[in-house]
Amino acid sequence: MSEKVLARASHTESVSPGQIVDGDVDLLYMHEMLAMALLPFNEIGTMKVWDPEKIVVTLDHWVPPPTPEIAKMHQSIRDFCRKQGIRRFHDVGDHGIVHQLIAERGYAHPWDLVIGSDSHTNMVGAVGAFAAGIGATDTAAVMAKGQLWLRVPETMRVDIHGTLGERTGAKDVILKVIGTTGDDAARYAAVEFTGPTVKAFPMNERFVLCNMTTEMGAKVGMIAADQVTKEYLAHTGHRFEAIGSDEDASFVKTFTFDVDGMGPQVACPSNPANLKPVEEVEGTKIDVAFLGSCTNARIEDLRIAAELLRGEKVAPGVRFQITPASQIIYRQALKEGLVEVFMDAGAMFTSSTCGPCFGGHLGTLAGDEVCISSTNRNYPGRMGSPTAQVYLASPWTVTASAIHGEITDPRKA
Amino acid sequence: MQTRFQGRVWTFGDDISTDHIIAGKYLGTTDPKVFADHAFEAVDPTWAKNVRPGDLIVAGTNFGCGSSREQAPVALKTLGISAILATSFARIFFRNAINLGFPVIECAGLRDLVKSGDEIDLDLAGGEVRVPSGVMLKFTPLPPNVLEILEAGGLVPKLKKELASRAR
Repeated sequence: MSEKVLARASHTESVSPGQIVDGDVDLLYMHEMLAMALLPFNEIGTMKVWDPEKIVVTLDHWVPPPTPEIAKMHQSIRDFCRKQGIRRFHDVGDHGIVHQLIAERGYAHPWDLVIGSDSHTNMVGAVGAFAAGIGATDTAAVMAKGQLWLRVPETMRVDIHGTLGERTGAKDVILKVIGTTGDDAARYAAVEFTGPTVKAFPMNERFVLCNMTTEMGAKVGMIAADQVTKEYLAHTGHRFEAIGSDEDASFVKTFTFDVDGMGPQVACPSNPANLKPVEEVEGTKIDVAFLGSCTNARIEDLRIAAELLRGEKVAPGVRFQITPASQIIYRQALKEGLVEVFMDAGAMFTSSTCGPCFGGHLGTLAGDEVCISSTNRNYPGRMGSPTAQVYLASPWTVTASAIHGEITDPRKA
Repeated sequence: MQTRFQGRVWTFGDDISTDHIIAGKYLGTTDPKVFADHAFEAVDPTWAKNVRPGDLIVAGTNFGCGSSREQAPVALKTLGISAILATSFARIFFRNAINLGFPVIECAGLRDLVKSGDEIDLDLAGGEVRVPSGVMLKFTPLPPNVLEILEAGGLVPKLKKELASRAR
């Protein structure tokens, strides 16, 4: 499936793994990395971006700006978008974590070559796009040329069967996959998820799977675009064209997972592949619980938190922070009365930002603090102090743990 | 382009992430000096002070995994690290480094043959590296399109040159 998109984007009949292609970019999206890309962009000297209609920009890492220097960085991005005629600039107030914003506004479609200035761009591959993350200099080059050189990746298939156990979801599945295959099992490769479990997942769960292919080292994560995708993108008005791998497609490797009856999983400090079933870490005292990030802070995740929190209280001494993945989700949570449930329970609800997930601002961890988080990475120092301990888990497990003050099996909560 | 690098080695293990290299809390600026001053702080707070220009990094698998933050290779390049040799690299880190004209070489087996403080001799063009015991290790040279970027001094100088030749 990844080869089909790259063949289309490079205007050739077919491509094969290992080949280097120049792909025409259908969508380039950026967050504050644009500020880092301005220097190389100005140096390249094309002055104008190749096509302002193919660019989306939002602010997500530092919203609202915690320092004057970052406020200035935001200004430079605002000015650039205005001068370049980038209409789809989603400023503070209309913002969201960029991957979520791209998904929910229907900016990415099946068959698209999508390039994002962030490692979790993989998430967008859940709509059947080839969506890869890049750094600042590559971003500048794409802005100037509208093209990116790519090595056609080998494709690894992750085939998932079975019906998950109670209060267990895509986050538990992907943690299981990473914990089993390792945090570099898919280095340079494309990961394609197949199987009845994946087909039965709604889009919000499919996004979780593709999102964390980044933690497998993958270039992209993809899922065939089917009826579920079509319905999700229906509001965009974009012509839908299904995509999937051919019957006889070859895969460099296939991992098969039977998740029938599987329970919640937890990635322990300090590597996303350090997996344990929740039973083995139950009772670990926590100081902080965080529900946020591009991985697990969609409206469905917030509904899970509210379901568990209704009539309950966050454990004394624990701070539970809930940060939606976008302003659209924020508004929906308000409408559904979820915010009131969170506040009644003693949780804190904030505006959308990446801040806590990468230890940037709006909730960072002190040395030796223990946190359970619905985010994607737990390397040393990721969420604050290098001695803080971060456990990665699903919204179910995070919320249940917040209520009990220790890592808790949500099936017993 | 410089292709011979002799220098002192700093060794690291497997799965060194961009969070290890430069923590998120220092990214709220575009000043490379800030990134350099705090490089590898999570591993050793004195590390950046002890690095000398011309030093090399030798690491295990999946070096630079995690975020797309180009501030990670910028930090190490700004400190004067001349090249990184690892068993394998995470893909975005690899691209970012090459785009900055910063040599990153996949060299299997090297990590087990050196320790921090050793002097090694890297011959980029010849595709080999000599370790203190005298052993010479061969590595697969970078693919031509990658080498082209490195030889130009990075992606920006390469694109500038291309634009200039097109304008002529």
